[in-house]
Amino acid sequence: MTQETVEKVVIFFAGDSGDGIQLTGSQFTNTTALYGNDLSTIPDFPAEIRAPQGTLAGVSGFQISFGSTEIFTPGDECDVLVVMNVAALKANLKRLKKGGIIIANSDGFDKKNLRLAGYGDNQNPITDNSLSNYLVNEINISKLTRECLVDTSLGTKEKDRCKNMFVLGFVYWMYNRSLEHTIHFLNQKFKHKKEVLDANVKVLKAGYNFANTCEISSSRFEVKPAKMKEGTYRNIVGNQALALGLIAASQQSNLELFYASYPITPASDILHELAKHKNFGVKSFQAEDEIAAVSAAIGASFGGSLAVTATSGPGVALKAEAIGLAFMLELPLLIINVQRGGPSTGLPTKTEQADLLQAMYGRNGEAPIPVIASSTPSDCFEVAFEACRIAIQHMTPVFLLSDGYIANGAEPWMFPSAKDLSNIEVSKAQERTDYLPYQRDDKHVREWAIPGTPGLEHRIGGLEKEHNTGNVSYDSDNHEFMVKLRAKKVSTIANFIPHQQIDSGIENAKVLIVGWGSTYGAIKAAVKELFESGYSIAHVHLRYIKPFPHNLESLLKQSEHILVPEINNGQLVKILRDEFLIDAISMTKIKGIPFESREIKQRIIELHDGK
Amino acid sequence: MTENKTYTSKDFSSDQEVRWCPGCGDYSILKQVQSVMPDIGVKKEDIVFISGIGCSSRFPYYMNTYGMHSIHGRATAIASGLKAARPDLSVWIITGDGDSLSIGGNHLIHLLRRNFDTNVLLFNNQIYGLTKGQYSPTSEKGKKTKSTPMGSIDHPFNPLALCLGADASFVARTMDRDPLHLRKMLKRSNEHKGTSMLEIYQNCNVFNDGAFFAMTDKETKMNTTLFLEQHQPLTFGVNNSKGIRLDGLSPQIVSVEDYSVDDLWIHDETDRVKATMLSRFFGHDFPRPFGVFYAEQRVTYEDALINQIDEVLHAKGKGDLDILLRGTNTWTID
Repeated sequence: MTQETVEKVVIFFAGDSGDGIQLTGSQFTNTTALYGNDLSTIPDFPAEIRAPQGTLAGVSGFQISFGSTEIFTPGDECDVLVVMNVAALKANLKRLKKGGIIIANSDGFDKKNLRLAGYGDNQNPITDNSLSNYLVNEINISKLTRECLVDTSLGTKEKDRCKNMFVLGFVYWMYNRSLEHTIHFLNQKFKHKKEVLDANVKVLKAGYNFANTCEISSSRFEVKPAKMKEGTYRNIVGNQALALGLIAASQQSNLELFYASYPITPASDILHELAKHKNFGVKSFQAEDEIAAVSAAIGASFGGSLAVTATSGPGVALKAEAIGLAFMLELPLLIINVQRGGPSTGLPTKTEQADLLQAMYGRNGEAPIPVIASSTPSDCFEVAFEACRIAIQHMTPVFLLSDGYIANGAEPWMFPSAKDLSNIEVSKAQERTDYLPYQRDDKHVREWAIPGTPGLEHRIGGLEKEHNTGNVSYDSDNHEFMVKLRAKKVSTIANFIPHQQIDSGIENAKVLIVGWGSTYGAIKAAVKELFESGYSIAHVHLRYIKPFPHNLESLLKQSEHILVPEINNGQLVKILRDEFLIDAISMTKIKGIPFESREIKQRIIELHDGK
Repeated sequence: MTENKTYTSKDFSSDQEVRWCPGCGDYSILKQVQSVMPDIGVKKEDIVFISGIGCSSRFPYYMNTYGMHSIHGRATAIASGLKAARPDLSVWIITGDGDSLSIGGNHLIHLLRRNFDTNVLLFNNQIYGLTKGQYSPTSEKGKKTKSTPMGSIDHPFNPLALCLGADASFVARTMDRDPLHLRKMLKRSNEHKGTSMLEIYQNCNVFNDGAFFAMTDKETKMNTTLFLEQHQPLTFGVNNSKGIRLDGLSPQIVSVEDYSVDDLWIHDETDRVKATMLSRFFGHDFPRPFGVFYAEQRVTYEDALINQIDEVLHAKGKGDLDILLRGTNTWTID
């Protein structure tokens, strides 16, 4: 047995959706975070809650990349593949690099499992030499787990539920991790089930000790803590960061948070998180449908709350008419779209960035709405806060685009302290005699006059408004004037957002990569590597898509080539071409999975070297 | 009223010109609402009227209160959010038979089961007026309209039976042509804590004139209408000569000469089963009931929501943003 020091490792845990894979992954993540590694994770859920055991459709996965160096993505190829059965191996072997390690639960390779995974009689990947390019550690995890618990009164089913702890213990040993955090976690989780607690801890330790004594593993690895910026960190998942950002915005604006939504993958976790924090005055409302959710939020906004609704693409389609109403009412409203694979029901558990054009244009009439996008799990916090600020201060609905990849992905977060957060100034109209509902300030923003304020009684609605008075108007000149005025109000927001920065690389680079949303990590990793080897490149990552920052055009026009990687069929690229008349080049991937940085790297090299 | 402010109905009239068709039943409803407002004891700035789309939904523009003319079918959902956010406001929902029972049917039943303390005024004219005369979900079977030249084949909704089925906590019916009764029902709706569903028969004199003629005409109304009064026997007809008696679970029309008043069905608005039976007086066999069918005290959604918040505040104290941001596991890099 040798001990190697490595800079970066990618592990993929896979098994039946009932095998506790997500728990195993998140435990390994938390322990790794506490150890001081930089990391990035992504779960891979099956679409069915409990697909038949042992089948390919039922495989659940969890990928983590961690290292002593900066980690931008959950990783391209895996170094280690942990599989609880043969279906998990079959579904995920393509992720493993040549020479990688397989840890296989041999009990999951029996006749029944082989048949369920679609292998013929006498076929078995472990014995037929098809895995000769990998280091295979075959362990009968089920049997060892049961033997370890032979003295307990737990039933076989309950014993089998502990086998993920065996795997976790085994992998902890491989990467020299302490069991302490997980034991603490188990103590909390099974506080009231002593026997289950003892069993889990026992099996966890057994897995660790088994790896230590049996010498089955070829190597033990050391991944030193990463040199991260000084500060205090926690681990954060994207949807959780969004929820915290909303609460922070509510606190910093002194507005009550009203959150209405209808359950939909992958946005539901925001509702779950917010429902836990009623002691921040959060009112969470599970509506009867998507339309009711956005409508209730509009009602709350009229009443003076910070109103938010979240959904995914199909839900946005349903909400479109009401979003148009909010646009006409000129009330603050945040609409979060945690995008997933489309169209229609599409790929609910997979990721995609294909709703950008929907956010930009998906309403009847001329109804421009600010669009901003989050790029990493922790970035969701800042973007949620910023989206609320724009909605409140510019009296407009705002679209926030996230996606399944960052919604469920996790990374270390140097969280802010409350005193470092800016205040969100809110100006509500006060009692006076000359109030007009659609009179505007120099930002073209009307006042928020909430019910309960004496003397400001007024009526608003979806019909076209007369300038200033807000009375219903069918006047044709007024209509044209108002359409342009509302558009101007939205474009004026560009005066109140920061200039676009170059994320990495140099100014006037030969190739400029322009990204938005969750492609951030993959682009950053590619650009960093190529920049270090002398390529003339730069990376610009857009948070503000509508309106664009003022200086974006000049940044774009400095470069010979502009490459726009997106997880869709080319959407931002259309907007850039339209807005700036530039020959931007589209790079797309529409497989329901994120880019690998090597794919982007390859395309940059081709462009840069003129191939 | 807290500030001894005395309003008149004029205080509730906005500066907007009322633009319903001349002779529309909506005028009467607007007038009665404006005349009732000074008596409900709520400050003008604390009143909000929310409507959907349709002729009736222009209503908020004519009320000098806060108001929103929203989108088709969603007034109930918008009002739910407003009431959840602002339990202190008096929220009135203005809707029609198409708005609340067709495009907005879903939100209506969920509003009722949640029991937000709001007042729904359902203007039922059994026709689509704003789109110029198509049949509505309350139009009778066989109705010939622009979209049903051979007669409607849709079975119509019985609105109040639907609302009782959705566990509405207050269900009542009135009509545009009876201002006294309309005012009385508006006041009752306002007094009820919970969702008050008031169906108002409203004549569309352009596209469905006379839909309720038999119930409003002097000659016939005695025999076609039945006015419900709490703890009073169900009587109707000329000089209240007829009554309703329950034979087991079957209602019967009897002559009060043959039966003593004590034998008649005594109205009890807290009896859900009887209210449901009354809602089924919907054909031509029985007179159409007007008044409060059902009223029960049930916790409102907004009160339950505030209770939960208070409960958490009591148990955990006010949320501390720093503790929330920090979470449960942190590590420090020096």
